[in-house]
Amino acid sequence: MDYTFQWGVALRYLPDLLQGAWVTFHLTFIGFWTGLVVAVFLAVGQLYGSVRLRRAISAYVVFFTNTPSLVTAFFIFYGLPEIGILWSPYVCVLVNLVLNAGAFLTDVIRGGVASVRVAEMEAAETLGFSMLQKIRYVIVPHVAKVLYAPISNLYIVFILGSALAAIFGVEELTGTAFNIASETFRTIEIYSLAAAIYVVMTVVASVVLALVGRLAFRVRARVL
Amino acid sequence: MAQIELRGVSARYPSGGQVLDGVSLVVDKGEVVSIIGPSGSGKSTLLRVLVGLLPPSAGEVWLDGSRLDYADRKALTAARARLAIVFQQFNLFQNMTALDNVTVTPVKIRREPKASARARGEALLRRVGLGDKLGAYPDELSGGQQQRVALARALALGPEILLLDEVTSALDPEMVNEVLDAIRDLANEGITMLIVSHEMAFVREVSDRVVMMADGAVVETGPPGQIFDAPRTERCREFVSKILRH
Amino acid sequence: MPEGLLGQLEVFFTWQNALLWLRATGTTVAMAVVGCGVGFVLANLLVLVRTWPSRWLLPLRVLIVLYVEVFRRIPFLVLIFLVLFTTRALGLHMPLFAVACVTVTVTATAFIAEIVRAGYESVHRNQWESAAVMNFGRLRTVALVVLPQAWTVIVPPAFSYFVMFIKETSLASQVGVYELMQAGKYFNNVGVSPFLAFGTCLAIYFALSYPLTRVGWRIERRLAHRFRRTSPAEPLAAPPVVGP
Ligand SMILES: Nc1ncnc2c1ncn2[C@@H]1O[C@H](COP(=O)(O)OP(=O)(O)OP(=O)(O)O)[C@@H](O)[C@H]1O
Ligand SMILES: [Mg+2]
Repeated sequence: MDYTFQWGVALRYLPDLLQGAWVTFHLTFIGFWTGLVVAVFLAVGQLYGSVRLRRAISAYVVFFTNTPSLVTAFFIFYGLPEIGILWSPYVCVLVNLVLNAGAFLTDVIRGGVASVRVAEMEAAETLGFSMLQKIRYVIVPHVAKVLYAPISNLYIVFILGSALAAIFGVEELTGTAFNIASETFRTIEIYSLAAAIYVVMTVVASVVLALVGRLAFRVRARVL
Repeated sequence: MAQIELRGVSARYPSGGQVLDGVSLVVDKGEVVSIIGPSGSGKSTLLRVLVGLLPPSAGEVWLDGSRLDYADRKALTAARARLAIVFQQFNLFQNMTALDNVTVTPVKIRREPKASARARGEALLRRVGLGDKLGAYPDELSGGQQQRVALARALALGPEILLLDEVTSALDPEMVNEVLDAIRDLANEGITMLIVSHEMAFVREVSDRVVMMADGAVVETGPPGQIFDAPRTERCREFVSKILRH
Repeated sequence: MPEGLLGQLEVFFTWQNALLWLRATGTTVAMAVVGCGVGFVLANLLVLVRTWPSRWLLPLRVLIVLYVEVFRRIPFLVLIFLVLFTTRALGLHMPLFAVACVTVTVTATAFIAEIVRAGYESVHRNQWESAAVMNFGRLRTVALVVLPQAWTVIVPPAFSYFVMFIKETSLASQVGVYELMQAGKYFNNVGVSPFLAFGTCLAIYFALSYPLTRVGWRIERRLAHRFRRTSPAEPLAAPPVVGP
């Protein structure tokens, strides 16, 4: 083996990698939670909308959940300029993230709402709840409980998935690692360091989400 | 000679407090001993200790004059090879038919020829009245039927010692008599039996000796006549009078 | 949309190109099949060791828990570079396809191990106890009693992960594996409109993923309630929601 490890060199770039991790954080934070807002609207549309609206939403969900986000990213990145739309790589990747997260989350939310048992709704009916009251006291608490774990889990998945931004030149964690590795040739050290930062980031995210879930929604989630 | 001897056995579940508290008990070869006592008194736990699922926290278990070392896997395996148990919840393998439940250990573990094990399994299931349910899965059987499969499974092991936990609880009166007959046959064959039961008529009928337990300890031991008609301790009298009123 | 698009169709849809796409599709599927297949076997081994009740294996168990936690938290793209450069540094000049397969295996093992463990936990303790009392031994208990009951809980999410990895391996194009995504990039580079190049790519991925997802649903529905479980299936630490 003619590769000698030089962790010192890699560690010198730690601040740059952390800078990249910050970009990864806000990229996924903005993208994912925007996607969640989109998904809530779409899920409501899918449950209560007209047939045509439902079909359109289904088509969107089925399309994005069955294609790799890398390919949709390429489509956006190289396709949009052809029709005269010029976005920065960050915006392209962010839009792609919102579109993908929106689709996956719509699916998850719809499943959760569908799982509100008929019995619970009937109970609310006999208590004479109005539609708004039903949503407030029956659907939302139940759905929050059911959905919290899968949504938290998807958030982690999307943090990892955001690494594809590197391919389009966004200097997030993986992109920064790319650049440093090709400058210094300390490939194994740099990528290991980046991987370690991803592990720490996602563990922190899991713990924070579990705590929030416990405090806000009384969801007993396993932290790891 | 004592086939089973418990000397001051105490036990606790990892999650809970003391369940058995210094139980001493001797069962001779070929003897049928019944354990009675209120719910939660530790009867099932005692059987779990005997089959090595729960090592005692204090005290010793002796089988045929040798101390059972729970840390020694070989010794435990050897002891289990001579024992059979029918659990209170039957614990049938959910992925196997009634017949497979009965034959799996003889065939897969003891390497007996398949054909003879099968024939014996079928005979045993017929003996407990399940000749028409050989291919049924546990979740297709009633509680009483599952209980009888579990009994057949235990008998298929040809044990020297048979432990029965509430083996008549899910049976109808007709079936209770069948099982009673089967147990009497087994006793005549010299199989040692430890039976946990709430069925007092059954206990009186079948046992040589009765052990009354309460709060994880033995309260009184004696022949059925003594325990049911002239108990010597207040605790036992109270328990017996309560159940005999039914 | 550029007017050139229609004109390109004729040049684009040739036999030769169709064969290229077909080969790329084969590579994409092969990476997922090999990675998940080997991963499935390894995951079962890991869970077997992880649940083996022996004090001597404790260090190994800790390593397995760490492995499972860590490798579910590293992006595929970073991992494939790590595998590539590490194998090169070790002097192993594996073909790029093999590098990608190893990467899928490494992650799939971690993901599927979690699923298999949840499957084990869905089998009631009394099944293990019955087997122990009848001297089954660990391996026979798992083979004869636990896995036959657990597989109804294991197969559906494992299958979803397989479908996920078909999509995930598009990232293998970054190290130069000639799979679907790479084919898309190639056609885009030689002047085919990105709508056509990446559109074909999307269509093929969709044609793979959508029917397989439906097959997964059918498997799930068929396996549900196969065995009455005395305990409800433990929730997965990571519920089988599968990402893009
Ligand atoms: N797995 C377990 N973990 C913790 N505690 C247990 C467990 N199983 C039983 N116990 C406790 O041990 C005590 C004795 O239980 P055991 O099952 O031996 O009673 P029992 O005499 O068989 O009762 P029953 O007649 O209702 O079957 C009970 O208080 C029970 O709560
Ligand atoms: Mg009991």
